[in-house]
Amino acid sequence: MSARPSTLLLGGRRYSPAGSLLLAAPFFLILLLAFVLPLLMLLRESAFVPAPNLTHYARVFEQPAYLRILLRTLRIAAEATVITLLLGYPLAWLMSRSRGWRLALLLACVLLPLWTSVLVRTYAWLVLLQRDGVVNQILMELHVIAAPLTLLYTEGAVVLAMAHVLLPFMVLPLYSTLRAIPEDYARAARMLGASDFAAFREVVLPLSMPGAASGCLLVFLLSLGFFVTPALIGGPQQKMLATLVQQQVTELLNWPFAGAIVGVLLLIVLVLVAVFNRLVRLDRFVGQA
Amino acid sequence: MTEAAAIAVRGLTKRFGPVTAVDRVDLHVAAGEFLALLGPSGSGKTTILMNIAGFDYPDAGSITVGGRDVTFLPPQRRELGMVFQRYTLFPHMSGAENVAFPLKMRRIPRAERERRALEALETVRLGGLGDRRPSQLSGGQQQRVALARAIVYRPQVLLMDEPLSALDKNLREEMQIEIKHLQRALGITVVFVTHDQTEALTMADRVSVLDGGRLQQIGSPKELYERPETAFVAGFIGETNFWNGTLSAPAAPGEIGRIMLEGGGEAEAVASCALPAGPARLAVRPERIRLAPAGVAATVKEAIYAGNVTTLILRTGGPELRVRLAASDPACAAAPGTATALAWSPADARLYPA
Repeated sequence: MSARPSTLLLGGRRYSPAGSLLLAAPFFLILLLAFVLPLLMLLRESAFVPAPNLTHYARVFEQPAYLRILLRTLRIAAEATVITLLLGYPLAWLMSRSRGWRLALLLACVLLPLWTSVLVRTYAWLVLLQRDGVVNQILMELHVIAAPLTLLYTEGAVVLAMAHVLLPFMVLPLYSTLRAIPEDYARAARMLGASDFAAFREVVLPLSMPGAASGCLLVFLLSLGFFVTPALIGGPQQKMLATLVQQQVTELLNWPFAGAIVGVLLLIVLVLVAVFNRLVRLDRFVGQA
Repeated sequence: MTEAAAIAVRGLTKRFGPVTAVDRVDLHVAAGEFLALLGPSGSGKTTILMNIAGFDYPDAGSITVGGRDVTFLPPQRRELGMVFQRYTLFPHMSGAENVAFPLKMRRIPRAERERRALEALETVRLGGLGDRRPSQLSGGQQQRVALARAIVYRPQVLLMDEPLSALDKNLREEMQIEIKHLQRALGITVVFVTHDQTEALTMADRVSVLDGGRLQQIGSPKELYERPETAFVAGFIGETNFWNGTLSAPAAPGEIGRIMLEGGGEAEAVASCALPAGPARLAVRPERIRLAPAGVAATVKEAIYAGNVTTLILRTGGPELRVRLAASDPACAAAPGTATALAWSPADARLYPA
């Protein structure tokens, strides 16, 4: 065998370390300049200026108003995650069992909203839910209600709109996991005496858990930092953490406190990712024939 | 052990769009019999099995198992065992949990199902490996677990869909013998789909040969090899030389007819069906042809040495013929270009419609 070439092999399968670095460099440069550095500066502001202290962090947890926003953010993110899971699982399952134009249609239905601006989709909910909006008008036409309901600026509205916007992030990982489960497993289960539902419960559902877990993680993390939808649909009453950060930075110019909120959010995210990693690694140990 | 059940397939027809995958197939499998469905891909063998299993429903015809009509019953209500081509062990369960799964679905108490799962694993000689996940087992071990899982609930019939095709040659031969022994020990009825003729002939009591969705012939391995009823079976089972020619007089089935061979020479052979005078086809196995002082003229083109046998390729006035000689035959040493003559006993050659 000849010596393995150490130069960058374009079109080959192996890249030398230097070649790999060169390919990834633009991405890492942008990541460093636009994300890591500003984040570190903000965190430094929150805890080390003028001297090391935790007063800003203490404020997040001590002020009832801020603590309420933190808890509401966590709750809304959890609710949005559960709703996307309930809506997304049947859809992903249907997609995994479809072929040809049916699959293309379903995929388009999931992806098209993803390619539409979040702002546009959020304004659509505004139009639907406002006081003289489509939903209230229909309900009044049908004499279901006498006076318009307050739909906008409620937690329910925020959760619903967020679930809608984030649904693709649940459906896509679920779909790819369900698709990878061979149909023969369910067949074998039925041959062995399982009803259609038992075959699903005992075989397909447990095997789809990694997809459900990554979908949930994705939706939950995106929900925690979600800005546009809660700001427009939730209004001041349903403020979430991202809106609070924006307020502290642009209106009050309180950078250290904004940094503390970001720090708390970051900590929650890191803990969740660590937990998720453990679960998924456990699953890898269990699974894969 | 539950009594083995007989299977009767009557007039089974299955169409996929314009394609008729299975065309009016009749099969009767006796209780405790091992039947192989043999055919090339697209012959309909897997479709027949899927209809017996209940994953597919026929367009016409009926299927009974042990006298019970199961034609349109869902698979979980047929009480059949099945081993699939790929192992289809559930990857999130241990081997023992996999084997206990059908018992769990039958609401058998945990202690009993654990005991019976262990028993079934011991039957396939995997007693100590029940705790392992499928991913920690070799291909052969996985297939044994699949086998244990298919017999643990004592089905009357075991269906097997090319269960050995993913294994390497040595392991495949070992498993063939083992499955055969297990089938005899359990006295279970087996329907076994394969495209490998050696596998079918080695394992089955009877083999049904399919082509283009039609049943070509059903019989014991010996019947199929010695007396193939159609030219397809003659060509598909074992190796056969075909030679076109003309029959001088009509021949009744089983009767010896005389054929004028294309390119010169004439020969006698047994008619496989009623043949009119005119074009016909002669088939003769390579090992049934002798090099003789007199007969059909031929020239040695090539001698291929393969240890226990030597294959001669001979040029004739018609097609090239293959002749298989035992290593002890002095004709093995024939040099290319040697002129010789070929002969065979009329009982060893068969006539088919052209």
